Amino acid sequence: MNSLILHTASRLLHPLLLLYAVYLLFSGHNVPGGGFCAGLIGAASFALHTFAHDVPSARKLLRADPHTLIGTGLLFAMGSALLSAFRGQAFMTGLWGGFDLSGLGHVSVGTPVIFDTGVFLVVLGVTLLIIFTLSES
Amino acid sequence: MTLVSIVAEVTLSMLTFSMFFALMRLAQGPTLADRVVALDLTSTLVVGIIAIYTIYVKEPVLLQAAVVLALLSFVGTIAFATYVERRGRP
Repeated sequence: MNSLILHTASRLLHPLLLLYAVYLLFSGHNVPGGGFCAGLIGAASFALHTFAHDVPSARKLLRADPHTLIGTGLLFAMGSALLSAFRGQAFMTGLWGGFDLSGLGHVSVGTPVIFDTGVFLVVLGVTLLIIFTLSES
Repeated sequence: MTLVSIVAEVTLSMLTFSMFFALMRLAQGPTLADRVVALDLTSTLVVGIIAIYTIYVKEPVLLQAAVVLALLSFVGTIAFATYVERRGRP
């Protein structure tokens, strides 16, 4: 599809959608959101670029192969689950640490964040693999 | 019973009423384009219903669902438009 309106809209909306995906990813533990939802929104932004331009352009924009994204995501999720096993606790127990940012309050970081990042990468990879394969056929 | 909740209840019933007609068009639309427009209207109505419900129950977190639905239905409508254009006839 070759439309000027769609080209301009995708150029404006693509960073906005990616930013919203990152927001959903990091706010997911306490409020609705999380890795799956963020992955879908991130994939929607690349799908919009695919519809506005073409598949090779979207692949170039993504930089990584969708297969690599799926593998890296699974590795992230597995690693976050194994961390607690090496500490002598049950598999997939959430470990929490944190640090104080002066003036901004306490920032909690734990293994659920890493697990959510893994889910995000897997969902992004799978959805984009489906969209690219369907668009190329 | 505040004014806001009365307005929200009236608006919710009106949106649900229009949703009925949108779904009717989705079921019987003669052409594919009619159905695509009806589907887009349905998702926009759902976004409106979620927004009004957010005001009704005073739970701002629900607005995130409305934002996600609005963004995804936009991409979905564009995908349908690409499909219709590639097929060559409405």
